[in-house]
This record gives sequence, C-alpha cells and structure tokens, in this order.
Amino acid sequence: MKFTLSWLKDHLDTDEPLDKLAEKLTMIGLEVENIEDKAKVLKPFTIAKVISAEQHPNADRLRVCMVDTGDGGAPVQVVCGAPNARAGLVSVFSPPGTYIPGKDITLGVGTIRGVESRGMLCSAAELQISNDHDGIMELPADAPIGAGYAEWAALGDPVVEINLTPNRQDCTGVHGIARDLAAADMGKFKDPTIKPIKGEFPCPVKVTVEDAALCPGFALRLVRGVKNGPSPEWLQKRLTAIGLRPINALVDITNFMTYDRARPLHVFDAKKVTGNLVVRRARDGETLLALDGRTYNLDPATCVIADEHGVESLAGIMGGEASGCDETTTDVLIESALWNEINIAQTGRKLGINSDARYRFERGVDPAFMVPGLELATKLVMEMCGGTASENVVVGKSFGDDRVIDFPTTEVKRLSGIEVPQTEMKRILTHLGFMMAGPGPVVKVAVPSWRSDVHGKADIVEEIVRIFGVDKVPMTPFERGDDARKPVLTPLQLRIRRARRALASRGIIEAVTWSFITKSAAELFGGGQRELEVANPIASDLSDMRPTLLAGLIAAAQANANRGVSDVALFEVGQVFRGDRPQDQFMAASGVRRGFASSEGLGRHWTGSAQPDVFDAKADALAVLAAAGAPMQALQIVAGGPKWLHPGRSGTIQIGPQNVLGYFGEVHPRALEALGADGPLLVFEVILDRIPEAKKKPTRAKPVIELSSFQPVSRDFAFIVDRSVKAADIVRAAQGVDKKLITSVNVFDVYEGKGIDDGKKSIAVAVTLQPREKTLTDQEIDAVAAKIVAEVTKKTGGTLRG
Amino acid sequence: MLKSAALDARLASETVDVTLPLRDAPAEAGRIHPLSQVWDELTTIFADMGFSVAEGPDIETDDYNFTKLNFPEGHPAREMHDTFFFHPKEDGSRMLLRTHTSPVQVRTMLSQKPPIRVICPGRTYRIDSDATHTPQFHQVEGLVIDKHSHLGHLKWILHEFCKAFFEVDHINMRFRPSFFPFTEPSLEVDIQCRRDKGEIRFGEGEDWLEILGCGMVHPNVLRACGIDPDEYQGFAWGMGIDRIAMLKYGIADLRQLFDSDVRWLSHYGFKPLEVPTLAGGLSS
Repeated sequence: MKFTLSWLKDHLDTDEPLDKLAEKLTMIGLEVENIEDKAKVLKPFTIAKVISAEQHPNADRLRVCMVDTGDGGAPVQVVCGAPNARAGLVSVFSPPGTYIPGKDITLGVGTIRGVESRGMLCSAAELQISNDHDGIMELPADAPIGAGYAEWAALGDPVVEINLTPNRQDCTGVHGIARDLAAADMGKFKDPTIKPIKGEFPCPVKVTVEDAALCPGFALRLVRGVKNGPSPEWLQKRLTAIGLRPINALVDITNFMTYDRARPLHVFDAKKVTGNLVVRRARDGETLLALDGRTYNLDPATCVIADEHGVESLAGIMGGEASGCDETTTDVLIESALWNEINIAQTGRKLGINSDARYRFERGVDPAFMVPGLELATKLVMEMCGGTASENVVVGKSFGDDRVIDFPTTEVKRLSGIEVPQTEMKRILTHLGFMMAGPGPVVKVAVPSWRSDVHGKADIVEEIVRIFGVDKVPMTPFERGDDARKPVLTPLQLRIRRARRALASRGIIEAVTWSFITKSAAELFGGGQRELEVANPIASDLSDMRPTLLAGLIAAAQANANRGVSDVALFEVGQVFRGDRPQDQFMAASGVRRGFASSEGLGRHWTGSAQPDVFDAKADALAVLAAAGAPMQALQIVAGGPKWLHPGRSGTIQIGPQNVLGYFGEVHPRALEALGADGPLLVFEVILDRIPEAKKKPTRAKPVIELSSFQPVSRDFAFIVDRSVKAADIVRAAQGVDKKLITSVNVFDVYEGKGIDDGKKSIAVAVTLQPREKTLTDQEIDAVAAKIVAEVTKKTGGTLRG
Repeated sequence: MLKSAALDARLASETVDVTLPLRDAPAEAGRIHPLSQVWDELTTIFADMGFSVAEGPDIETDDYNFTKLNFPEGHPAREMHDTFFFHPKEDGSRMLLRTHTSPVQVRTMLSQKPPIRVICPGRTYRIDSDATHTPQFHQVEGLVIDKHSHLGHLKWILHEFCKAFFEVDHINMRFRPSFFPFTEPSLEVDIQCRRDKGEIRFGEGEDWLEILGCGMVHPNVLRACGIDPDEYQGFAWGMGIDRIAMLKYGIADLRQLFDSDVRWLSHYGFKPLEVPTLAGGLSS
C-alpha cells in the first residue's frame, strides 16, 4: 500500500514531521517498508544553464561546458560527455560533494583528460527519476536558474509504502490509515459527511443478482452527458507517485477511490452495454477479453457481470475491454458492489489476476460504504466530467452485520499485563470508530462496519494495546516455577543429539540435505509411492519425499568429488518418509564414506592409506547405536542387506527379524550407476525410532563390580571351516560353552590361501577364562578347551587346525 | 661395559623419524552442522527457563497446519504460506508439508493439560526459492499456556533469549503490532543492530532487524484444541533457526546451509566436543 504525504494530509490534519508519522505507523502495526523522499535525496540538484560548450582539447566525445548555476558567482567549468550538451540548454547541475543516487557515487572535483571539472550535468537516470540516460536532462528555457530541481518539478511529495497485514482491509485506503494515526495522537482525522447526490432521472439499467451469496450487495447509477479526457493534474500526479498510470478521468477516479477510500469501483461505458445487467455465474465456454488485454476462459465458479450480449466484467476483479470507458464515453455506469471474499480469492488465484480490486475485495471491503462510495464517485465524475446523474439502483444489502462485544475491561491487563485507564480505552476505541458504552466492569463495544477483522475480546485488547503502545508493556520476569528439574528432551531427541556427536567424533562431517529427492532415486531406495509425491514440487528433481537419507548424501559426496574433494565422509541425522501418517515418518542417521575417508582419518598416509571398507560402515552404524543407547548385546548382525547394497559386502542390524534397526555395506555397482555416482561408497543407515527404549533404572547407582583376585587364563584356537561359515557363529558357539567362565572370545586372525584347502578358511580366536573362586587347574582348562572345540565343530563343522 | 655398548648399538639401530606427521584425530576432522549446533544452543537456553521440547511430523494435515490455527478456508492469510501439497486422497482431503511448526503446538495442546511450556523446533517447507528463501527451512516455536502468562512475560522471555543466544549483555528490541491468524494480539520483533563490513553487531547501531513473530494465543486456537480461553491464556512465538544461525555466525548465503560442500561445512561447522552448555558458554 502506497500513498504520498500530501495525500495523507487530505485526511489528517497534522503538523507532525514525516519521520515521526512513519515511526508511529510502524509502532501501531502499519509497518513502513519504504519512504521515497525525492526532495531530500535531490536537494543539492539545482537548475542551471549551459553558457558555452566547447570541444574538449584531448577527447573527441567530451565537451567543456561553462555553466551558470544561478548562485550569482562566476560560471562553473564542467566536463560533460552527453551528446546533447550545448550552449543555451537548461539542465540539472550538481556541485562536488553531491551523492548521485543513480550512480551510487559521491561527486568530487575531478580532472578529466587534463581539464578540471567542478560538478556534473545530470541525466534523469542519474537522479533515479526515470531510466532515461541518453543525455543530460533538458528543461524548459524558462525554468528558474538556481532553483532546486526537485521543488520545481514538484517531486517534493514523499511516497510512503506500508507493508500491510492481511487483516487490515480498512487501511488499503489512505482514509483508513489517517484514522489510525489520529487515534494514535498524530493529528485530527478529517471525515466530512458524504452528501448524497440527488438523481435527476431513474437509472434505465436494471440489475438482477442471481446468487446473493456471491454478491451480497450491488449499487449502480448512470451519469449521462459526461466529457471524458485526462484527469486533473493533482489526480494524475498522485496516481503516478504511487506507480499507477493515469488513463482518463473516469478510470482514474475508480483508481483514486480504490486507494483513497479502499472502495474499488467499476465504470462501464453505458453505450457499450446492451440491456440490463445480471450478476451470475459464468457459463462453461464463456470468455472475456479483460482490461489487461488478456482473454480469460471462464467457468461456473467465476462470478461475472453480464448484459444481454454476454460477460462484461469479472466481478470484483477486472472489467472487460469491450465495455470500458475511453475518451469517447459520454454516458457512464458506475458500479459499487460487495463480493464474496472467498470466491474473489479463488477466482483471482485461478485466473492469475492480482488487481487492486481483488486485493481489497478478498480482504472484505466495508459494506456500509457501498452506497456512500458510489455517491462520492458520482461527485468526482460530475466535477471532472460534468453530466447529470440518475437515481441509484441498489440490490441486496448495503450495511454490515451488527457486532457488539461484551468486553470486560480487565481483559487488557489479563492478556497484555499493562494497566490502561478506562477513559483511555474509550478514547482509543472511539477514535478508531468503535463505540464503547456502559460503566464497566463489562462494557459493550460496537465494532465499526469497516473492521471485519474484529470479532472478540482479544481483538479489542489488540486495538487498545497497539494504539496505547506495545512498548509500554512492562517486561515481566517469567518464573520457571518450582517444578522438579526433569530432562527436557524426549528419548528420541536425546538419541538424535548423541548420534550426531558420535558420528562427528568419528571424523564425519554433518550435512543437511533436502527432504525431497528425484522420483528415480526415491524408487531406487524403495520409495516413490504416490502418497509421498509432492503435487506441486518446486522443481522436477525435488518431487518425492525421501525414503532414506542416502540419496541426498550420495549426491552430496559426488558433488564434492566433482569439486575436486574426493576423500569425503558425510553424515546426516534427519527425517525419512515411508508413508504420510505420523507413525510412518522416522528419524534416521546415515553416513557415506568415499575415497580415502576411512575411520582412521582422511587421505593417504604413511601409516597405511587404507580405503574405507564395509567394516568402517559397520563401525559407524554401531557407534550410532551405542551412542543412542541401543542394547548392544542383543544386536544381531545378519549377512546381506537391501538390494542397493553389494550382496556380499553388506549386513543388516536387527533384534530378531521383526525389528531391523539398520544396515551397512558397500553400495551396489548398479545403484551407483543409476545414481550417477562413482564408487566405491561405504554407507550405513540406522532408524533411531526403532531402538528399543531402555528400561528405567530404579536407582542411579551402578551395580556392584566383582573384581576377581584370580588370574584370567587365555587360550588360542584356530579352526578350519568352510568359507561360508560366519565368524559370529564360531564366537557364539565358543561363548556358549560356559557363559559364566568365558568372559570374551576375540577373533584375532582370519586366513585363506597357502596351506588351507580351497573353499576353506582358518579363523583363530582367543578365549579368555575368568575363574572366580579358585585358580583353574590344567585339567580344568583342558576340559573347557575340549568342550569349546567340540561345540564349534558341532555348530560349524570346523576342525581344529593342526 | 660390553653390555652397555651393545645396548647403545641396539637403541641406535631402533631410531625412528619422529618428525613424520600424525594423522589428524577423527574428532578434529568431524563437524556438527551449524543448524544442529544452534538447535542445541536453543534447547539449552529454553531448558533453563523450564521449557521442554516437542516435535511432530513434517507431513501434516490441513486441519493441524491451518484450520485449527484459525486460518479460515479461503482466507488470504493462507496464501502467505505457499504450501506444498500431496495428491488428494479418495475422500478429497490432502496432506501437506507443514509450513510452520505450529501444528506441533496443536498436537501438544491436544495431548497435554495446561500448564504447558514447550519449544517446537523442526523442519518446515514453503514454495519459495531465492537468495533469502529455500523451499525447506527450520523454525523454533515456543508455547506457554497457563492461567496468568501475558505479553509482559513474553517480552521478557524473548529479551532474555536474545541476550543469551547472541551472547551480549545488552540488546535493544522493538515489539510492534502485526497480524498472524493464530495470535491476538500479534507482534513482530526487531532487534537493533549495526552492520559492520558484513558482520552484524547487536546492542548498537541504527538498523532494526526483524527476527521473530509472536503474540497471545488466539482464543479460537485454544478452543479448537479443547482449552477454555476464559480460563487459560498464553503466548507463542516463532523464529527461523536458519536465520538466527546465519546472524550469529556470520553466514552470508542461506542456500549454502543445504549445499553439503565439505569445505564450507568444515569452516562453518563445529567440532563434536564443542557442546553448548550454560556452564561453559554456548559458543566458547
């Protein structure tokens, strides 16, 4: 919403300076976004006359001008490159020290190719008043030399732009803004009564409204014998100042009413309207060439105004070209109506029209101003274009609903914490057009027709507080209370936090990637369901909700490689989507390693430049699980994983087949190809929600530790087993022999090759026995060893290596 | 003597080149993303004020994202949120990506009895992509519902928060009336700052920088969540985590947060042991 200072002063009698008005506007909720004060910026620019313009001795394209700046002193020498610099030209001059807005420089005294230049002759672009930079400005010969340019050109009216919130329809007009400022003690609101203009004859055009829900009210009148042409200079200047193009008096009046009184109107050329008007839904197949020069295809969801010939106007949004007013118009129909806000918003959105009328109607215009608005417009038409007016035709209602709110005055203190005297409440509300009656403590507050946003007690509190001053609300310490200190994070939040720091401490860098990925990547990772496809994606490659973090991480790793950083370890902890219900949205922790980014460190190194392998990925996954508090003893590692992993170099982490916590491994070459990524890549993913919650311990105290005074005994065993036998099976078999006595079984060697038959391998384990009551005898140790060999042989078919 | 000479000879033969470089410890190379770090900082500050953390799903219903928050169907305020939708279901309803974390407030009010004190951090989505907007971003909202909390408390909490978060002794804040469908009265909050060669200094200067929106929870929202607005009252606020992270840590380009460039992440990220605490300072 834009307006000029002088425009505001039409409605507000005030001596307050602009900066104070602007500050107050912001502080009462009408945030000033910008003030364009040309007079201030252009103050140093004066009107000057070129006395002589000679060729520059050292430059073909430059001229040396002597300029009369009108200050009574000697002419000033200026070097100028403009082709139109010539003797006798009246133009705009700026002395050294001037800030040139169009160039964003401050002028100094310069020497240009050996000739001193003490100022500048300016183009319109350099003053930022138009894009014209073809030459220096050419002013009329009688322009006053020495006078300020901005003042002479009447650029002295600052333009204020307000960032209006959608609830304040009443402030889409300057009149409403003035009312708010007056309530905030910034002057006196000028609100003279609008006198109706008596009709000289009945309006010959009848109006039928087919659907009152779409058009609650409609007023129309004819003004006959008008002479349309350019509107008066004051009106053109105002419209130009706020960025509107003056067209002709009749059209300019409708635009003026829109911005002055928040009352959009439409004018039809009566001679181009056939018969009576009907407000109805458009019929399928109907079209309208609108005033913006575009043709719109309509359907029954659109409300239109039609004559016997067809659709003439998109109700409340934009008029039609065919019945528009131009210089030849002699009879004009002025329409002032009320429209259904939701229908206007939907139609405007569907047709892609952002008109000033739509902007106001979809926010709900003042119903009680429908007829006065028509009267005011008629007055302006007759003043500017002459003519005689018909009587009004009014269909439907022309007033708002009565809203009276029972308002306990204590609400102000209850919600805002500030004490406002009741007399002050009344003063504020009355200035805003409310009526407050009764002695309290519960008063009646009547809401004015233009405040369709005010419905309840809280709204009234807001009105009082925003005018009284939010800055006056005292800061009040907020006691945290005497509730016991409890953890503020849920178990899942704690897992997220710990997972992040655990992974970062393993040398991995946290990334945050997009929640959306391509359809093909989503499908590759088992997603891509229709319920997870965004209907209106911002780009075709951000179309589907991710079923895994890996798609984003793999793409990120590749992007880094493409930038020349090939050793990359990235992780992310974030949401993944398996469905659209809350219980199908999970928190995952995932990582990727490529190049020489192993868990030992980044890059090649003299200690051995190991590339990451499946065991780095496994270690990452288990580190997350351990940090997140998973029951590590209960985890099972099962060979193989999802289809996008290498079948022989991947594993699944589970607690029984029903609860899969995650997986790890090397990315399958086919998946790499599909994702356009270079391998090998080592990845893992853990679903943090799937970790079972630890049982609450009754006490913080840790269980008593038993420190045995007897030496532990260690025995090594090497087994020859089939290649397909899992190390974990040997460990489990050995451990199972005596769970109390055997405290650890550690794999310390895996060997295939010379000395071992094809299809076999040797696995060596160190078994630690911890006696608790007495030192073990050799016989006892041998007995346990024999049991271990027997058990391993039984479970895995392995034999002790000789 | 002989024994000693032999030992010397052996030791001499065992000499290693101690100037060989070590590998950087993994914990030196790993990084926490600035957004996660700020997330932890926020939690730390608000936990100290007695708030707990609530979260909810990214894919939400229209009812929780809009209707229960007093956005009437067809109201222009809905258009302020350029919403990502999913395909309509058979019954005509359609899910959406939450445009703010306020649905978590709704879920909290529906599942807990007052008094309520929560913050709701999370990822949010709007159709917007330019130098200062990304289609996904992060918000933290706060919600207090009890029988006495008012705008004065809200101002105090936000003032304390800004001082704690930006780690300054003094900060000037400007509260000005605004509009949000879910609060009444509604306020926007600016902080005073000075821009100094790309760096922003708080507690001084002439500029006002908008950092958050807030207000008293609208009675319609309380009612929609089964809370009697004549018995209970409270306030809510919301701010962009990405934005305050950028302000605090001098990050110029929003989009780089999501670019996963390891050079950028190594520079702006935090080491895993740099855990924000009240005892040790948030960022030291």
